[in-house]
Amino acid sequence: MASATGVSGRLGWFRRAPQDTDARDAEIKYYTASQFQLIWWKFKRHRLALIGTFILALFLVIAVLAEFLAPYDPFNRNAEYLFGPPQAIHFFEDGTLHAPFVYGITFAMDPVSFQLSVKEDTSVRIPLQLFVHGDAYKLFGIFPTDIHLFGVEKGFVHLMGSDKLGRDLFSRILFATRISLSIGVIGLFIAFFLGLIIGGISGFFGGAIDNVIQRFIEFIRSIPTLPLWMALAASLPKEWPPLQVYFAITLIIGLLGWTHLARRVRGKLLSLREEDYVTAAKIAGSSDWRIIFRHMLPSFLSYIIVDLSISFPYMILGETALSFIGLGLRPPVISWGVLLQDAQNVRAIALYPWLFAPVAFVVLAVLAFSFVGDGLRDAADPYSR
Amino acid sequence: MARFLLQRFVIMLVMLAGLSIIVFITIELPPGDFADRQAYRMKSTGVRVTEADILQMRHQMGLDRPWYERYLSWIGNIVLRGNFGISLSQHIPVTEVIGERIGFTALLAFATLIFTYGVAIPIGIFSAMRQYSFGDYFFTFLGYIGMAVPSFLLALLLLYVSVFVFNSNVGGLFSPQYVEAPWSWDKFVDLLNHLWVPALVLGLAGTAFEIRTMRATMLDEKNKLYVTAARARGMPEGRLLLKYPVRVALNPIVSTIGWNLTAIIAGAPLVAFVLALPDTGPLFLNALLDQDVYLSGAMLLLYSTLTIVGTFMSDILLALLDPRVRYGERT
Repeated sequence: MASATGVSGRLGWFRRAPQDTDARDAEIKYYTASQFQLIWWKFKRHRLALIGTFILALFLVIAVLAEFLAPYDPFNRNAEYLFGPPQAIHFFEDGTLHAPFVYGITFAMDPVSFQLSVKEDTSVRIPLQLFVHGDAYKLFGIFPTDIHLFGVEKGFVHLMGSDKLGRDLFSRILFATRISLSIGVIGLFIAFFLGLIIGGISGFFGGAIDNVIQRFIEFIRSIPTLPLWMALAASLPKEWPPLQVYFAITLIIGLLGWTHLARRVRGKLLSLREEDYVTAAKIAGSSDWRIIFRHMLPSFLSYIIVDLSISFPYMILGETALSFIGLGLRPPVISWGVLLQDAQNVRAIALYPWLFAPVAFVVLAVLAFSFVGDGLRDAADPYSR
Repeated sequence: MARFLLQRFVIMLVMLAGLSIIVFITIELPPGDFADRQAYRMKSTGVRVTEADILQMRHQMGLDRPWYERYLSWIGNIVLRGNFGISLSQHIPVTEVIGERIGFTALLAFATLIFTYGVAIPIGIFSAMRQYSFGDYFFTFLGYIGMAVPSFLLALLLLYVSVFVFNSNVGGLFSPQYVEAPWSWDKFVDLLNHLWVPALVLGLAGTAFEIRTMRATMLDEKNKLYVTAARARGMPEGRLLLKYPVRVALNPIVSTIGWNLTAIIAGAPLVAFVLALPDTGPLFLNALLDQDVYLSGAMLLLYSTLTIVGTFMSDILLALLDPRVRYGERT
C-alpha cells in the first residue's frame, strides 16, 4: 500500500509494536481515537510534563486538605519557640532504627550577646505519630474534627521552623498554597474571559475594529506591567477588610494575562476560518453554531489550555511580588508572598534562613506549570509530526 | 527610511499620550483627594477643620474642576515646565526627589541589556552549533531555571549565598567608602564592580529567552542552501558563520529588544528594593506604600516612557539591520 510509509511516518511519535498485526491494531487505535485521547497519548511521552503534573496534583491535594495535612493551626502560637529553627526528623539513635522522631529542644542564653540559642536535647525523644488529635478545625468547612495527619502528643514539631510569633511555618506554607493557587485560578478565569471576548470580537469582526483592538493590546504590552499593577494595588484603600483586598488583588492579577490570550484567540479564529474542514462543514450545510462548537472549538481549546497553563506562573509570581512588598494580600490572609514578607532583608536571611522556605514552593509551582505547559504545547496538535 | 521613522515617531507620541492618561487614572484612583488628606493631617495635629474649609481648600487647589481640566494642567506642567508636582510625603518637588536616581535606573537597564545580549548571542550560537552537546543541555537547563525564578527571589537567593558562602554583601551600587565620594574614575570602576549583580539578576530571564530564540533561528538557518553555497566556495568557517546565518538570526533578537526592556524595567523596582540600590526602585515602592500619588505617578510615567522610547530605538535598530523593514514592507 502506497500510503503505508506515510502512515508510519505520521505515527513516528506513536509507540509501534514489533509485529505486523499489532502495528495494524495500533494504527486502528490511532485513527479511531478521539482528539483528546491523542493529546493524552502524546502528552504522556513528555517526561518532565508528567513530573510537573504530579507536582501540581500534589499541590491540589495540599490546597484541598491543608487543615488535615498541617500539624498545627496556622495561627497557633508556640510562645516557647519564637524564630525557632527547623527540627530534623530522625530515624536512628545509637545505630538502632526507630519510628521517626524529633528531639526535644533546650534553650541557652548567650551571656554576652543575649542571643537565644537553640539546641537539640538528645535525651528527649518525641515520636512522630499519625492521626493525632490537635487543633480543632472543620474539614471542608463542614465536619468538625481535630485529627491531623501527623503530629506529636507532647512537646512540639516544627519541620520548617517557626516565625517571629512562634507559628509553625510548615503549616502556614500549606495554607498559603491554598490562597496562592486560588488567586492564580480565579485570576486565570478573569484573563480567560477577557481574552476570549476581546480576542473573539477582534477575530470575528476583523477590519477596523480588529485594528483598533490590536493597537490597544500593543499599547498595553509596552507598559511595564508590574509597576502599573503595583500602582493599582497601592490605590486600594487601607481600611478594606482582607477578603475585599483578596478579591481586588485577584482582579488586578487577572488583568495581567488577557492580552496574550486575546491575541491567540484572534489568530486562531482567523486561521481556522480558512481551514478546509470548516469549508467542508459549511458546504455540507452545517449551521454556524455547529461549525463553531463542533468543528472549531475542539482544535481551538487545546491551544487555549496551553496558553492558560503558561500564563498561570505569571499570576502566581504577580501575587507573590505584590504581597512580598506589602501591596498585595495582607495578614491575617496567608499566601506565599505574605510569608516571604518576613524574609525581605539580609538580616532576616542571615539569622533565620528557614523563613526562606516558601521560595522553594513558589519555584516548584512555577517550574511545574512551565513543564506542563511545554508538554501541552507539544501535544496540543497531535496530528503534527 | 524617513517615512518609516516619522511613522514610528508618531506612534510613539500617541502611545505616550495614552500612557499619561493611564498614569493620571492611577493618581486619581485612591479614594479621597488631596484636600481630604490634608484635612485629615490637620485634624490629627489638633486643628479644627470644617466641611467649608475642605471645600475652600479644594477650590484653591483646583480639585473641584472637571477631570479633564485637571489632567490638562497636570500634563501641561510636566511637558511645558518639567514640573511633576509636589511629593506629598516629603514636601519637596518630585523632580528633586527623583534627581539623579533615575539616571541609575536607566544605567541599570542599559547594563542589563548589554549583559543579556552579550551573553545570549554567543551562547545561542554555541548551542546551535553544538546541538545536543553537554554545553547545550547545560544552558537549556539553566534557561528553564532562569525563566522560572522571578528576579526578586533570585536577588534574595543571591544575597543569601553572598552572606553565607562568600561572607560579603552584594547589595548597593558602591563600596562604603565611595557612597558619599564625588565622582571619580575609581568610583566609576567601583560602580561597574557592583553593577553586574543586579544586571545578572534582572537579565537572567531575558537571557534565557534570547538564548532559546537565537538557538532556534540558528538551527533553522545553518543548514540552508546559501550557507552550503558559501562553504562550497571555500569561505573560512568563522567568517561564514558571522556573515550569513548569524546576521539573519539576529533579526528576531533585535526585534524583541523593546519587550525585553519592558520586562527589565518592570522587574527593576523590586530587585532594587531587595538589593538596596540607590536608584528609583526603593523610592517607587515607598511612594506607593505611602500613597504619595504624585511621586509614584511621576515614576510610573518615567518608567513607561523609558520603555516606549526604548522600543522606538529598537525599531530604528531593526530598520538599520533589515532592509525589508526599512523599505516599508510590513513586518
